[in-house]
This record gives sequence, structure tokens and C-alpha cells, in this order.
Amino acid sequence: MIWKEDIETMPLEDLKNIQSERLVSLAKYVYKNCPVYKKKFDNAGISPADIKGIDDITKLPFTTKIDMRDNYPFGLFSRPRTDLVEIHVSSGTTGNPTLVGYTRDDIALWSDVMARTLCCAGAEPDDTIQIAYGYGLFTGGLGFHYGALEMGLTIIPTSSGQTKRQLKIMQDFSPRILACTPSYALYMAEEAKEIGLDPRTSTWEIGIFGAEPWSESIRAEIESEWNMLATDVYGLSEIIGPGVSQECQYKDGLHIYSDVFYPEIINPDTGRSVAEGEDGELVITTLTKQGIPLIRYRTRDIVSLTTEACRCGRTSPRTSKIKGRTDDMIVVRGINVFPSQIEHVLLGIDGTHPYYQIIIDRQSHKLDSVDIMVEVDERIFSDEIKKMRELEGRIREEIQAVLSVGVNVKLVEPKTIERSMGKSKRVVDKRSL
Amino acid sequence: MAQQLTIFVENRPGRMKSVSDILLENHLNIWAFTIQDRGEFGLIKVVVDRPEQARLALADHGFACALKDVLAVTAADKPGNLDKLTTALLDNDVNIADAYGFVTPNDRQGMCFLEIKNTQGVDLEVVVAAAGFTVVKDEELYET
Repeated sequence: MIWKEDIETMPLEDLKNIQSERLVSLAKYVYKNCPVYKKKFDNAGISPADIKGIDDITKLPFTTKIDMRDNYPFGLFSRPRTDLVEIHVSSGTTGNPTLVGYTRDDIALWSDVMARTLCCAGAEPDDTIQIAYGYGLFTGGLGFHYGALEMGLTIIPTSSGQTKRQLKIMQDFSPRILACTPSYALYMAEEAKEIGLDPRTSTWEIGIFGAEPWSESIRAEIESEWNMLATDVYGLSEIIGPGVSQECQYKDGLHIYSDVFYPEIINPDTGRSVAEGEDGELVITTLTKQGIPLIRYRTRDIVSLTTEACRCGRTSPRTSKIKGRTDDMIVVRGINVFPSQIEHVLLGIDGTHPYYQIIIDRQSHKLDSVDIMVEVDERIFSDEIKKMRELEGRIREEIQAVLSVGVNVKLVEPKTIERSMGKSKRVVDKRSL
Repeated sequence: MAQQLTIFVENRPGRMKSVSDILLENHLNIWAFTIQDRGEFGLIKVVVDRPEQARLALADHGFACALKDVLAVTAADKPGNLDKLTTALLDNDVNIADAYGFVTPNDRQGMCFLEIKNTQGVDLEVVVAAAGFTVVKDEELYET
């Protein structure tokens, strides 16, 4: 079924009218309610009156992760704090995390786009869904929760982890739908075999996987291991959380809900739009959000976009799977990690700035491991084993606190980390995603 | 005081050899050494005849290393002598952070190197001598 059939199958011209109306109101709304945006408009020499339709969107300034950081915590909001009913936090590049907040209407919007997402993946109202995304500050768990609630599914909010229990719950309550990260789906398959459970006999028929990049080969592996349909969901907390776009059963691109999240694909260097079908950075404008609406937010995700009609009947444009990033963000166990965060921690260790290298690996059907190699130079060296051990522990704890991901710290000898062009190669990603 | 050179090394094959190679290249004589193991890495502690030269040579090869004063004590090879020494140090509130010792087989002479936390500022030479042992003097250890 299609959740919002009138909107989701609307001819593109009609959709454009809705987008135009919404952009005109949005420009006025943020200019009036958010001093940061007023200043951005003024600096760009743009007045809300210049925005007469969706095609005028290119006149508006971009919003970036730096804007989020610089205006932390509430500077980019267009509503007072008291209007917010929920806030979520994700990792920022350095220093401040990224804060987002929702008004009651924003939660309704999130519920709606997540209900669309679940339907798009193939959920039916009588279904039971096992939500194995983390619940908490991470938007994954609660986003799925709200959508499933909206749709009237039976929710099993297992959150992430406790794999044996996940499997037992699946066997006992027969959910047809599983939502988690793709790497966790593979990990669970391995655990299932270990306890003598054939993954192919599971009750899960549809998987909704996201929060980390994954390839067609991982999809093929999940589908054959679990005997299920594996679909890709996309989202980011700055825009709403999960529920920005989702694949239908044809798995031919992710339908983006462009009546509320208007997509543009730009050349990240020039900022200009690229031709349809070409790769570029995905830029999203939240047309109807109230709490923290964002104008032309640069996701740093590289995708292509097509407006060709899909066999499922939905008319909204489809993006490709994420093909890369414009920055050095890496996703580990569903959590965004920036090398700069690690650098920041190391810099805080006695003000030194040692060479380091991050090695990310995933043994087949295992969760990602993060090894941080830190060169012990004269400045952080101590001739007491106790102090070296303390240093190791301190680096590990501080990095874990910043990243919310468990890491191993390995102290290595000076000059053992490979230098390329004078700079150390900071991230070695050994995973086959 | 005697000087001990501490070197950071990863725990993998060949690292000890790379240190001994450098010491050999510089014709340095090793009098004592010990290794502290911490799984992924370890600390090599060596006492050599020309400590500063050893430090510079290792640092040139990129090793993180440091020199530290240690107490070199000689004693006759007799039961109870270590206990006598530790008692004397304890009586003066001196904490031993690390130590290693051996007996030279020919002249049955005991020798140990002690890393000391001497927060009270005790005259260690006096304490050690009062217990009946000798602190090895710099001129006995190093050519001047």
C-alpha cells in the first residue's frame, strides 16, 4: 500500500505547486523567527519577498554542519525551546554535538514520513515490526517507533544489542518486519547459526536497513542469509532522522518525500546544480518543519537523482544509494564518526598532537571494530609502564565518550604509521561495505 | 648515579633486535637489561656504558626513549641481603618503583638497579652504606 497516496502519486507539476507554496512560506517563516537565518538572508542580499516559487530556491544560502555547530545549541531554531517536545543529539565534527528538536507538529511530520517509509518497504497495517535500531538520543529507534505507531503496526521495541534475545523474540512473536543496521542483520545471522537456528527459517520477510552505507553485495548477502527482502532507508537527524527516503520493493532508488524534504543535487565545489542523473552532493530543504527548519542543508552525501516514474506508482524523485561523502565522515555501527573528533581528543592529551591512524575493520558477519593507533613520541612517552597504561586508558575513555563507540587504542612506535605526501593517512577502512 | 635508558617498543618480532642493532652499531656495551611487557607494547630498560650516546642514537632512529637516574647497588651473594636492603629503604620511607638484579657468576657478586621514589630527599648512599652495601660510583661505571 501507499501511505499518502494522493501526495505520493501526484503528478510532478502539482507537486511543484505544493513545493512552491511551501518554500514561499518557509522563507518568510525563518526570516521572521530565526535571527541566524535573517542574518544569512541579509548577508546574501535576499529578502523573503524574492522567493516566489520553488525555482527561486537557488537564490537562498546553504546551511551547513558548521552552522549547526556554531549556533549550538538553540541558535538555528525558529521556535522557542518551550515549543519543543523532544530533542535528539548526534555527533558533530568537533566540539559541539549536533542538536535537533521537534515541535508536536514536527513529531507528526516524522510519524507521517516514517509511516510512508514502512509502507514503501512493503509493511501492511496488520504487521508486527521488530525495531532493533538503538532507542535514545540516536534518532533511529524512535523514528521507526513513531512511524509504526502512526501506521498501527504492532511494535516490538527491542532496541539494539542482546542478539540472542532478539532472535528469541523473533521466534516467539513472528514479526514480519525487521529494522536495524545492515551490519547488525549480518551479525545476527551468524549468531543465529551459532545457536542452531537456520536464518532462512526466520519470520522476517522484509528488512529496513540504514544508518550506514551498504552495497549491493551486502544486500545480496543479507537477502540470501535471511531469505528476506532487504530495503534501504535514508535519513539524517538534521533533516528529521530516518524517513527522508526509502526504497520500494523494486529496489531501484530511494523515494524521497519531496513534498516535505526538497532535494537538490549540487556540485560540492561550485554549489551549482548538476544535470539529472549525475552524481553530486544531496542538499535538502525541510519545507514544513517548524522547530528547526533548514534551508538547503548540505548533507555531504554523494548521490544521483532521477525523476523517472517508478513501477510502484510513486512519483517522487528517487536518489541512488549513497555513493560517497564530501567529507571524511565514517559510519561505524550506525554512528557517525569524524576523524577530527579523534584528533580533538588527542590534542587534549597534554596539548600534544601525535600521529594517529584509525583502522576500521569488519570480520565477516561481525560488528565493526575501531582500532586507533597512536604513535608514542617523546612528548607523550613515559618511562613508567603504569603511566603508559594510564595514557592508553585515558585516550580510549575520552574517545569513547566523544564518539559513543567502543574503540581499541594501540600505542605504536614513532614513525610506524604510514605517511602519504607528508600527511598521515588517517583512516584505513578495511570493511567491504 | 647510574643511568637507565627506557625505550618504548611494540610487542612484535624484531623490535628487540632493532634496539640491539643500534647499540651494536654504536659499540655500546650493555651491562643490564630488562623488559616490561604490557601486551601490545613494552618498555625495554637498559644500562649501558655510554647512556647519552645510546639515547641520541636511538632517538635518531625514531625511538621514544628517556634517561633516568637509578641506584646501582652491589652486595655479596648471600641469603638475606636483599631483605636487609629493602628493610633499610623501608625504614627511610623510600619507595622502590622498579628493580632488577643479578649475580655475576665468576666473582659471586650481587648487583641490582633500583628505580627509587625518594620523596623524602634521603641521602641514599648513606642509607645503603649503613645497611652494609655499596652504591656504585659514577667513576666506577663510566669513563670520564
